[in-house]
Amino acid sequence: MENSLQPLPEEKTPARVQLPGWIRAMLIPFLSVLTAIITGGLVIWSAGGNPFAAYAGLVEGSFGSVKALSETIIWATPYIFAGLAVALAFKGGLFNIGVEGQLTLGAVAAALVGYGLPKVVGGPIPTIIHLPLTILAGMAAGGLWAAIPGWLKARFGGHEVINTIMMNYIALNLTSFLLNGPMKDPNPMNVLARTPLIAASARFTPIFTGLRLHWGFVIALLIAVLVWWLLWKTTLGFEIRMTGASPTAARYAGVNVQRTIILTMILSGMLAGLAGAIEVTALNFRHELGFSSGYGFDAIAIALLGKNFPLGVVVSAILFGAMRNGATRMQFLTQIPVDVISIIQALILLFVAADAIIRWIYHIRATGERVTLTRGWK
Amino acid sequence: MDLRRFLFIAAIIVALFAVVVAVGAGHETPLVIIVSMLATTLAVATPLTLGALSGVFCERSGVVNIGIEGMMLTAAFFGWFASVYASTILKMDTMPSLLVGVFFAILTGALMGLLHAVLSITFKVDQVIGGTVINILAIGITGFLNRQLFFEKNGLFGGQFPHAPGVLPAIHVPFLADIPVIGRVFQQQPITIAAILLVFISHFVLFHTRFGLRTRAVGEHPRAADTVGINVNRMRYINVLIGGCLSGLGGAYFTLQSVPSFEPMMTNGRGFVALAAMIFGNWTPIGSWAAALVFGAAQALQINLQFFRNFIPPQWAFLQQSYVVGMVPYILTMIILTGLIGRTIAPAADGVPYEK
Repeated sequence: MENSLQPLPEEKTPARVQLPGWIRAMLIPFLSVLTAIITGGLVIWSAGGNPFAAYAGLVEGSFGSVKALSETIIWATPYIFAGLAVALAFKGGLFNIGVEGQLTLGAVAAALVGYGLPKVVGGPIPTIIHLPLTILAGMAAGGLWAAIPGWLKARFGGHEVINTIMMNYIALNLTSFLLNGPMKDPNPMNVLARTPLIAASARFTPIFTGLRLHWGFVIALLIAVLVWWLLWKTTLGFEIRMTGASPTAARYAGVNVQRTIILTMILSGMLAGLAGAIEVTALNFRHELGFSSGYGFDAIAIALLGKNFPLGVVVSAILFGAMRNGATRMQFLTQIPVDVISIIQALILLFVAADAIIRWIYHIRATGERVTLTRGWK
Repeated sequence: MDLRRFLFIAAIIVALFAVVVAVGAGHETPLVIIVSMLATTLAVATPLTLGALSGVFCERSGVVNIGIEGMMLTAAFFGWFASVYASTILKMDTMPSLLVGVFFAILTGALMGLLHAVLSITFKVDQVIGGTVINILAIGITGFLNRQLFFEKNGLFGGQFPHAPGVLPAIHVPFLADIPVIGRVFQQQPITIAAILLVFISHFVLFHTRFGLRTRAVGEHPRAADTVGINVNRMRYINVLIGGCLSGLGGAYFTLQSVPSFEPMMTNGRGFVALAAMIFGNWTPIGSWAAALVFGAAQALQINLQFFRNFIPPQWAFLQQSYVVGMVPYILTMIILTGLIGRTIAPAADGVPYEK
């Protein structure tokens, strides 16, 4: 069988344009957003609206003025933290659907320290101490809330998808209980489920007068860099990514997989808690029931659209923030309900997750290996 | 589902019942309370049972389905919309309108199942992400259409909120429902009765028919099944569609049986609790139903405690807080999932797309 030793004839491939790597990396997310926007336009059209007018209103509402831009960034800020939280967990092989609950409890804890600590101490506290403590309380609450499903996964193999979702509902009930009871704003005029305003010493000062834009955005960008540094430049980050890529390989390489799983969940929860704490200390100065509904699911879409890469998360978060912010203007101008944004966001997630559909529509060849995000019930 | 698991489940249900009996002691006889708890448990366990059965069919064939929540929510909306449309626009009578609603709920579930099948079987999308897509899409579609159709001035009903045809009436099960006192347990609405029947039908189909054997084969060892001539992807499509129909019927429970209205996100995590029931029930219909009853009992505790709100002794004051009692089903889910007694084993090929 001499023939079998002959080298195989080289496979004939048609000449292809080689795009630079960073463009190829952005191609699928970009086309996913584009396809989702077109599909969303069809939804608007079939509901009797004018998609062009709707999208014009959306853009005007999100980027049309300095004030609009400021509001877009305000929307994007918690999305950056929450998106980073989901992305970090994904890198560690964990699907954290519990960002919603972790974020809420972070906000509750921050509010509690923000208005409660001066009363406990019995006098004013300098900002330099009070503000960091308030933020740390939020991060701690988020981290602790995420540590429970992390521990259940590492110790008992309880699946984090179900446990983090259950923790969301428990957090919702707990927050409803606290904000309607012990933590309710005692002002006799108040009928809402909300906390009192936090002390001035626990607040960020605005960056510009006349705009609501706050320091949270700057912190979010710094945290994005920090997450990148942690994941790609430190041993812990390497262990997290290794556990995410293959727990078995990580175990053989001497990584304490159980510890890494718990730590990944804690870090992820701390980022989510930070999102809540920043909303309280820099924007609302209190926590009100229901302000965070939907952040958790949006964060998943943002992380996947950003390919779980911090810079990608920041860009996706700004896109999502722009859509949420501009939607109000769109509804005002064209009477298209803001909920259409949820459909577009779900479609973006659909196309990003099912990149096979995008490749099939636009005839793009698959490159590189598939990234494992989740592992069934194992 | 082994004996220890059943005993564990029975113990939790007895404990939950005991709390209500203790609180209500001196105001109602224990028998009346137990009967009331049993009746409520069976009723509120309905969407959990159907959701868990949906999961059993999908996952036994090798497709992880965490989109049950979204499938139920979409079905709840479209089922309700169809029944309202039939009664107010087509001027149909109450009962036919409701049946049209149930039909469309099941159809919606099937279509959502088809979407999940296309994503996970044809396009080989990460199945957990695919399910998440369905959940998010469901919130978007139902929220958008709910506002567009019912609350917009130029909407279908002209800005007037339409009159809903009501809920499915309870069925009087012959003989059983005539028994004094305990007969009330058997006075159940049709979807509940259907769910209980479907538990046993599913058990028979999965474990005593050729179709069930093939389903389990493609979920455990698709290559072996393929070798003996079973079309793996076709079997998976059929099972995910069956799962979608079951989720759809579960969705109908919310708007056509429980309350005659739709609220955004009204499924409230029931789809995920159903998944937990499926896992604890070790991917079997009867086991899943037993686990679903635990969660049903936890919810029945919450509902029945409302009757005795004012009789709760002061040292148990926390039971007066509906939010505190509201956490119980979710905490129970986590405790049970943690696998206090033995681990359950998922079908071997669950979540793995089949590559020829």
